[in-house]
Amino acid sequence: MAQLILNHLTKHFGGGRPAVSDLSLTVREGGFLALLGPSGCGKTTVLRMIAGFERPSDGSIDFGERRLSDASLALPPERRNMAMVFQSYALWPHMTVAENVGYPLKVRGISGSAWQRSVGDALVLVKLTDYADRRPAALSGGQRQRVALARCLVTWPDVVLLDEPLANLDQHLRKSMEETFRIFHERSGATMIYVTHDQAEAMALATDVAVMHEGRLMQMAPPAEIYARPEGAVVGGLIGRGSVLRLALPEGAPRALEWSTLRATLGGIGMDGAGSGTIRDVPTGDVRIRDVLVRPEHVRRDGEGMALRVLSCVFEGERFALTLALPDGQALKAYGDSAIRPGETARFVVSQGWQL
Amino acid sequence: MGGVPKVRAKGQAGASPAAEPRWLVPFVLACLFLLCLLPLFSLAKAGFAGLVSGRSIGVLTEPATFAAIRNTLITATGGMVVSVVIGALFAFSVALTDVRGKLILSFAFMLPMMIPPQVTALAWVEMTGPASPLLKTLGIAPPLGSPQPLYSLAGISLLLGVQHAPLVFLALKAGLSASPRDGVEAARLAGATPFRVFRDIVAPLSSPGLIAGAAIAFVSGVGNFGIPAILGIPAGIEVLPTLIYTRLASFGAGTFGEIALLSSLIAVIAAAGLMLQQKALDGKDYRIIGLSGANAAFSLGPFRPVVELTLVAILFLVLVAPLAALVASSLVPAYGVPLNLQTVSLRAYEEILFRQSMTLKALGNSMFLATSAALGLLAVSVPAAYLMTRRKGWLASTLGILIEIPYALPGIVLAVAFILTFAAPLPYLNVSLYGTIWIILIAYFSSFLAVSLKPVMSAFLQMDPSLEEAARLAGAGFFRRMRDVILPLVAPAAGAAIILVFLIAANELTVSALLWSAGTQTLGVAIFNLDDSGSSDLAAALSVLVVVMVVVLMAALEAVAKYLPEGVLPWRN
Repeated sequence: MAQLILNHLTKHFGGGRPAVSDLSLTVREGGFLALLGPSGCGKTTVLRMIAGFERPSDGSIDFGERRLSDASLALPPERRNMAMVFQSYALWPHMTVAENVGYPLKVRGISGSAWQRSVGDALVLVKLTDYADRRPAALSGGQRQRVALARCLVTWPDVVLLDEPLANLDQHLRKSMEETFRIFHERSGATMIYVTHDQAEAMALATDVAVMHEGRLMQMAPPAEIYARPEGAVVGGLIGRGSVLRLALPEGAPRALEWSTLRATLGGIGMDGAGSGTIRDVPTGDVRIRDVLVRPEHVRRDGEGMALRVLSCVFEGERFALTLALPDGQALKAYGDSAIRPGETARFVVSQGWQL
Repeated sequence: MGGVPKVRAKGQAGASPAAEPRWLVPFVLACLFLLCLLPLFSLAKAGFAGLVSGRSIGVLTEPATFAAIRNTLITATGGMVVSVVIGALFAFSVALTDVRGKLILSFAFMLPMMIPPQVTALAWVEMTGPASPLLKTLGIAPPLGSPQPLYSLAGISLLLGVQHAPLVFLALKAGLSASPRDGVEAARLAGATPFRVFRDIVAPLSSPGLIAGAAIAFVSGVGNFGIPAILGIPAGIEVLPTLIYTRLASFGAGTFGEIALLSSLIAVIAAAGLMLQQKALDGKDYRIIGLSGANAAFSLGPFRPVVELTLVAILFLVLVAPLAALVASSLVPAYGVPLNLQTVSLRAYEEILFRQSMTLKALGNSMFLATSAALGLLAVSVPAAYLMTRRKGWLASTLGILIEIPYALPGIVLAVAFILTFAAPLPYLNVSLYGTIWIILIAYFSSFLAVSLKPVMSAFLQMDPSLEEAARLAGAGFFRRMRDVILPLVAPAAGAAIILVFLIAANELTVSALLWSAGTQTLGVAIFNLDDSGSSDLAAALSVLVVVMVVVLMAALEAVAKYLPEGVLPWRN
């Protein structure tokens, strides 16, 4: 086991901006990295470079002491001891489930009882023992997914790559597959890299989340950290469902903002909002306009708060999602326990904010 | 970690991520150069030499050449018109309406394309002439001595039209399956009547297919040898392909230069047709946006029986009646005798199967050529299709262009090019291929490369590339994953490619008519020679056997259709 190091990785496919641009990151030993970003951000290209299907235009990929790829050299995928769950699962339709799972062993010259045992163990883990002799065409989507996972597991690869593996499954199956992935990661100890555009998946599974945007790495941190302390408007807008507000903040204000500061600045901008009476204690020093992220769970109804007009109110099952209008017209998302009719005003406290 | 040995990790400098063996690209390029480009060079060289030496330049100013050019243009254009009318009627009916028995209609309509042209011509001659056993049996034969109406420009055009109508049908059907049902339904909801939908939506969307089909029909008509050979030569009507044939038969000093120039003329006419098509297609890029699942379906209502009857009547006229006439002629004991229970005889079959060594030799030759071409071409088409689908950029486009050359050139031009390439003994080896069966085989390789490539290519295109990538990550090297993953998955398409090439090669006439010599005649040549020497009953009997073989092979393909990738069998959707 060793660290997977991507060093100034760049990939041009010709024309326009590069698909991946100067990306450096290190996945710790046995880590579970989620590569998160909107479609077209280059995350799948990164994955394919790690697997060896694409050669970097510049930069390098190392696994521990071992150079896997750089612009002049590429270890072919078949000699990287990696495994991958493809978005399409890539099961071979002419082989049975057992043959699919056991193929990496067969290629390594393992047969007979050792083959039987390893394949059997892998199928037990994904609960597909009874399906060993079926062909992939006779399986459901979730079962195919598990076959693909078992195929990854059987050779104890150093790195397991997952390319949006849950994208084709329904909501219910996703939850149970997430659980399977977690167990799989714990047992195998392999370094796992998981490409997804679904932040909930990334948060639930990964030990680290790397956010990509337009071929660049924006931030990499553990899920809780990236959620609480995102860097920049892109990551702030992408992670969670927060509102990014343009607020006038005094020079030297801390990045984590409290209600007292927020109250001043929220009321201080724009015209006289309804009921924003007590606000004129804005510090007289330098004032700068900043991006501030406010999570909807930090906006709660409170008689002590500011009166804000409700623009919309949508029932989401466990709660109501509200959109509020700030005095200067910016929209602020909030959650509420009860419905408020659009157009009405109610008092809200913003307990936390984060300067991006 | 685990009891599994780790894969040895040794870096290999310069290893490409595509990682096929180094010889693969040069091998494919060399094959395609030999089959596609070299003959063209020889043609250009011989034509140029003929011009420069002045020995062959005369052919360009002869009245016979002018007449042949005129006749070629008239028959190819006439044939194109007939093909477009019949092909469009069938394509629109089968692809867009609710007529019944679509699969059988398509299958039957595709048959004329699979039946060799000289057999089609023979069958029609047997059907219409004053000696027609069919007409005699029905008592409506014209008096003996009256002219055969098909021995004319109109007759040649009509038969070219019938022969190539399936090409228009295919091109149009491919275009129509891209006219999506939701588009038609949206137009209906917008308030358009079915007629307006057809005029405003379906007709414009299908025009590229129609134009492409018309162009293919024209080019095929320009290069067709079998039909004008049977219908034109007895009437003294020469077209360019038959002119080349007669010039080659009366071999002289300037012959190579002459046939090179004449076939260049054919190539120029074909290229002009294709350029006209390009021009007509300009700005007509109607690629389908969004889902294109189901085909549009117009309900014909009360007109359905009428349309169905029309289609069946056409099939009867172009397929059933000529074939019936062919069978009838093969069963009469002598020319001009009416067929009835007293006169029916299997003598002709006995003759060709057990007495005539010539037909048996031809059968053996054709089987050998067709089998070798069908199997051997896989060795080129599978690696070529692999490279064209896996690689992007210059390599894929170069391969694509190389393969287009023999596909776009009429077979007769290719045959001439191969004569010119191999007329001289091979360098270094000092062996001449000319006059042997091997020159026919190489020409077949070139002619049918595209036929073999198409099913294999569609199998590769429909195969998820991650299937191979998964095998690579599993540790399988190039040959390992070829054997374990890729070949099993393209096997059905490769099987279809084998049968399609076999089917076409076994019946081929154009190429072998120019390249055969004593002992290397093919089935197509045998039929042509039997008819030419007046043994029309024997020619008919041999043709019947050929048609039976065609139908059996097509039925065999149909039987395994569900294992084949989409688009392999031309008569299926």
